[in-house]
Amino acid sequence: MHDIIAFLPGVIIAVVGLIALLMEAYKKSADQIYGLTIAGILAALGVAIAALFGDSGTAFTGMIVYGGVASFGAVVILLGSLFSVVVSRDYLMEIDLHRGDVYSMILLSIVGMLALASANDLISFFLGLETMSICLYVIAGLIKDKKTGAEAALKYFLLGAFATGFLLYGIALIYGATGHTNLTEIAAVAEPTLMFMGGSALLLVGIFFKIGAVPFHMWTPDVYQGTPTTLTAFMATAAKSATFVAFVLIMSRMLPESDTDIWTNVIQVVAILTMVVGNLIALAQDNVKRMLAYSSIAHAGYLLVGLAAGTPEGFTGVLYYLFAYTVMNVGAFSVIAYYERNKGLDFTEIESYAGLGFKFPLMGVLLSIFLFSLVGIPPFVGFVGKYYVFAAAINAGLIPLAIIGVLASAASAYYYLRVMVYLFFKDSHKEYSLKPASLLFSSAVVLMAALTLYYGIEPVLPFSGLIELISSYYSL
Amino acid sequence: METYAFVLLAVLAIATALGMILNKNTVNSALLLVLNLVSIAGVYLLLQAQFLALIQILVYAGAIMVLFLFVIMLLNVDEEESLFDKFRIKYLVAFLLGVVIFGQILYSLGGVTDMLPEVSSEMVQIGTVEAIAEVFYTDYLFAFEMTAILLTAAVVGALLIAQYKVKDSGETE
Repeated sequence: MHDIIAFLPGVIIAVVGLIALLMEAYKKSADQIYGLTIAGILAALGVAIAALFGDSGTAFTGMIVYGGVASFGAVVILLGSLFSVVVSRDYLMEIDLHRGDVYSMILLSIVGMLALASANDLISFFLGLETMSICLYVIAGLIKDKKTGAEAALKYFLLGAFATGFLLYGIALIYGATGHTNLTEIAAVAEPTLMFMGGSALLLVGIFFKIGAVPFHMWTPDVYQGTPTTLTAFMATAAKSATFVAFVLIMSRMLPESDTDIWTNVIQVVAILTMVVGNLIALAQDNVKRMLAYSSIAHAGYLLVGLAAGTPEGFTGVLYYLFAYTVMNVGAFSVIAYYERNKGLDFTEIESYAGLGFKFPLMGVLLSIFLFSLVGIPPFVGFVGKYYVFAAAINAGLIPLAIIGVLASAASAYYYLRVMVYLFFKDSHKEYSLKPASLLFSSAVVLMAALTLYYGIEPVLPFSGLIELISSYYSL
Repeated sequence: METYAFVLLAVLAIATALGMILNKNTVNSALLLVLNLVSIAGVYLLLQAQFLALIQILVYAGAIMVLFLFVIMLLNVDEEESLFDKFRIKYLVAFLLGVVIFGQILYSLGGVTDMLPEVSSEMVQIGTVEAIAEVFYTDYLFAFEMTAILLTAAVVGALLIAQYKVKDSGETE
């Protein structure tokens, strides 16, 4: 297979991103660029879905992998990006950010994510991560007339640059210990020397920062709060999925069989901290956006449980969970963005949600579906994802970890259901009339809810296939 | 001789890096950073990476540091003056002398414990522009192209952050 075909989704997005930049320079209307963005993502998504069933291998002299896990990662990233971009139009118009350059920034950041999720070399891993992060720093600072926007961008940039320093030093030490940057070549010669372990530790710090795992999570709530809501969804799903897929690739390809223990022990501790701290702080949040930020920290914890298992089953669970998390989280953020659009940007306090559920029942019901799924209640996809992740941990003998995960997940029901209580069972103090949602927006959110439901019941259907598809990548 | 130069440059690099962090005066910090970058360039030269050493001096010690200094001096002019008030030639001599002596100590220590790096004959060939270009456009083509995207994104992003508000007519406010 030609190298460019192997990275075709990324190439399509890169070309579309550059065209979008040029169109902006020639003052084409934002709607045209918006349309082009969606068309480009759809095209790339089609190619990535086709590649799911194709062969896999490496391309660009071993710098990237294609097919298999990389393709699945690309599908999840592009799905999250597609939904976030589609629901962004109305919201961004409200805050004067429906502009071509914003969409081209999103596209360029997707290129970075796709490179990250197919990295087979620490160099392409680093470049993908940085391309993604630099665009996200900008996206975090888009709202300029409020302090939260500036705070988000500055905090994210400074802490992110710091984390990148750790990551680079880790890569340098691993290169020093093994003499290679290619993941499989490192695995062939790696030995648990002090230098290799030090490099691994620093590399892990960098990755933990990017996925917002405790104790490197401090930036998450402020950044998520200061970013335009629909783009927060993009940041919380696509970016996180890309980093997790890269994490899976590194764990399954770079570590020699005998050495996974040392990493998984670290990941276990971080997973426990992340689940417990994320859920506990989320309990105390009165701002729905911040609550979702802490809940996304908790979800990173559940994902780490699958990685801590360190088995093909665990990696499969993580990949499935990423898909589930992407669909339900973008959905939840979209509905929040819809409510916010009606009442200015400060409309994220939970008090102001009182009685909103009956004002526009469709949105109230949709938000409830996403929240139920985030809790992990059957028959929604969130439950299936959690099941696979925790089952993998139990089969790998990590029973205390799985128990803590399930308990933390049960505690999370309080803060998710609390939003629903406000939506449907509290009377509103003021009279609002909600603006109608556009057809494109509504159909995108309904589609996400449909996916949440469909994949929630898919495992019991006779023609189920997603989890088999993912696990087939590891049976080779 | 080579190992001696390496120890000397390494000590200089670490000392200036520490000095840069610990110094309270921003201009002094920036100047120490220049010294640090130059000593790293020296290390590259010892590793036979001539091209990298040259680029290090041209890009980092030259262009980027000038930019740093401009920014610092534009932000607070008072600090800049204090640099020349405080500057004493004896401090510089003392600093360099200290580096040389410390380097000598480390060198003799390294000789005893057998920890000094060796430069192999293969390394002589890797630092040339031709050798770099060859791997750049073959083995590391993907990295090269990703870097292009990364830099484009960084430039556009910097503009997006810096512009205050764009009106429909395209004029900045």
